[in-house]
Amino acid sequence: MDVLASLGDGFAVAFTFQNLMLAALGCFLGTVMGALPGLGPSNGVAILIPLAFTLGLPPTAALILLTSVYYGAMYGGRISSILLNIPGDEPALMTCLDGYPMAQQGRAGEALALSGVASFVGAFLATWGLVFIAPQLVKVALLFGPAEYFALFTLAFATLGGISSTNQAKAAFAATLGLLIAMIGVDGQTGVPRFTFGEVHLYDGIDFLVALVGLFALSEVLIFLEHRHGESDAAHKKIEIGRITPSLSMLKYCTPTMLRTSVLGFVAGVLPGAGASLGSFISYSMEKRLVDKKGTFGTGDPRGVAAPEAGNNAAAGGALVPMLALGVPGSGTTAVLLAVLLAMNITPGPLLFTQNPDVVWGLIAALFIGNFMLLAMNIPMVGLFTRVLLVPPRILMPIVAMVSFVGIYGISGSSFDLMVMVAFGVLGWILRKLDVPLVPIILGILLGNAMEANLRRAISISNGDWSTLVGSPLAIGLWVIAFVGFILPIIFGAALRRRMRLARAKEDEGELVD
Amino acid sequence: MSDRILGGVGLLLALFFIWQATLIQESPFSDIVGPTVFPIIICAVLGLSALYFLVKPDAEPTWPPAARLFEIAMAVAVMLAYAQLLPVLGFLIATALASAYLTWRLGSPPLQSVLVGVLTSGGIYLVFRVILGLSLAKGPFGF
Repeated sequence: MDVLASLGDGFAVAFTFQNLMLAALGCFLGTVMGALPGLGPSNGVAILIPLAFTLGLPPTAALILLTSVYYGAMYGGRISSILLNIPGDEPALMTCLDGYPMAQQGRAGEALALSGVASFVGAFLATWGLVFIAPQLVKVALLFGPAEYFALFTLAFATLGGISSTNQAKAAFAATLGLLIAMIGVDGQTGVPRFTFGEVHLYDGIDFLVALVGLFALSEVLIFLEHRHGESDAAHKKIEIGRITPSLSMLKYCTPTMLRTSVLGFVAGVLPGAGASLGSFISYSMEKRLVDKKGTFGTGDPRGVAAPEAGNNAAAGGALVPMLALGVPGSGTTAVLLAVLLAMNITPGPLLFTQNPDVVWGLIAALFIGNFMLLAMNIPMVGLFTRVLLVPPRILMPIVAMVSFVGIYGISGSSFDLMVMVAFGVLGWILRKLDVPLVPIILGILLGNAMEANLRRAISISNGDWSTLVGSPLAIGLWVIAFVGFILPIIFGAALRRRMRLARAKEDEGELVD
Repeated sequence: MSDRILGGVGLLLALFFIWQATLIQESPFSDIVGPTVFPIIICAVLGLSALYFLVKPDAEPTWPPAARLFEIAMAVAVMLAYAQLLPVLGFLIATALASAYLTWRLGSPPLQSVLVGVLTSGGIYLVFRVILGLSLAKGPFGF
């Protein structure tokens, strides 16, 4: 039961005035970012990270702010799915299927409230899962040496492409591109400059924050510029909400669904690379198989709203397990959060639990608190968030761009960094058009130096014997998982994504999905 | 075709970096692996993946028409100019100009864009400089 004692200490950390305020702020901003079509959790966290740094927040406080944004965005994604039939982010795609029909029947308020409760159940159970499973995983991870770590990093890259890209070659391309960018700068072990081309600005390497904000936030602005010009904004329809308290009988009716899909979503989240999109998809599919006897799924069945929302929020919590315990992100956004840990000189992985227990447990406690805050915000205050959808992108996107510049300039005060960020924005736009995933690039920039250091350390220890990389059962196991994780999406990933799209397309035509 | 170009660029990038890696001076204190081996391994994987979509490209993405591309190029130019002019003009003026331009190009009428630009700049200044105390760029007029 020492886990519960640690959790208790965590609550002591989280229950300070500053941390509570940051959690509330993060939950609010996150919900807003999630609600806005186009700005998902990764973008939301990407825009706010530089601010967390410029404000000089201590690590725990910064992490609380950003994970609250993460959870908040997972809650917010459903709002535009239900009201506009436009998913706020990819995991909210499945919520459109029954949420929008409910809204059309004048039950938007009910759908919003129910999905809020389902999000809460999913995230709440997943956070308990995190409490009990992460420390177990840590025990295994404490056996890691440099060779195992090198294999683990490879595993992270191999699985991260996952279903986030249809093309594993492109995921590999993205990861190696990021690793290559990490190699720019002075070599940590010998002090030799690498790939700096005589440019003094490059001696420190390229800051991942500059790359991150450029790739995610600025490329989003360019995408909007490409598509939105001159079109009438879809968000400007009149939105009727209706009553926002779900009836007790409806909650009772949906409870088994919420419990089942929370477990399923959590498992999907823990698996590296799968993430929340998979969580919501398999949750919806399973419930449809299991309980949809009358074929009401897709026509506004409340269980069809509860299932994907509980599933994707549980997956978001699950994705934190490998991120905290192993230093390997389980999803795109947790990769971004991992970036924050690394940038704050906190070693991710097993040692985090022994060396910085206040950080880990404070964070987990803050997740519990944030969940209650989000439940409070998302039931009575849901009307407020729906107003956000009325801000047209032509006003919003310039603000996103300017806040991105402020964040980076606040850290470095350098015009050169801003120019590099714009360059990454253009690169991000091109790569998104070409379906090259962006998260592996960020992860590559972040983990590149640690990955190389572990490789060099492992080979030095073994006196130049490269077979040391597969020298233990643990290492072999990791290599096998990495290999399978890379191969599986080639077989299943493309099919899965196609089915998600197809399910949505078919619903739009009013047909029933298999 | 787009994927083939990406593949070609990726391949050239990999070869260029391998060549650059061979130019890295070895330090006398180097470990067994040294600073060049890992970059070369990465380049090999990069090159292989680039080769893959050179041979087996995905379906062509829909690129915007020329006018739209020009629009994007102009926006990028404005952002680059913003990066340069920020320390010269100061935060308030530079930001008002840049966000007015972006708002205008995203479909607002000109007068409204100017208003939105000024309000955006003032709003960010208020929140980040006055309330949160961040140091934003100071211009010739001291703000």
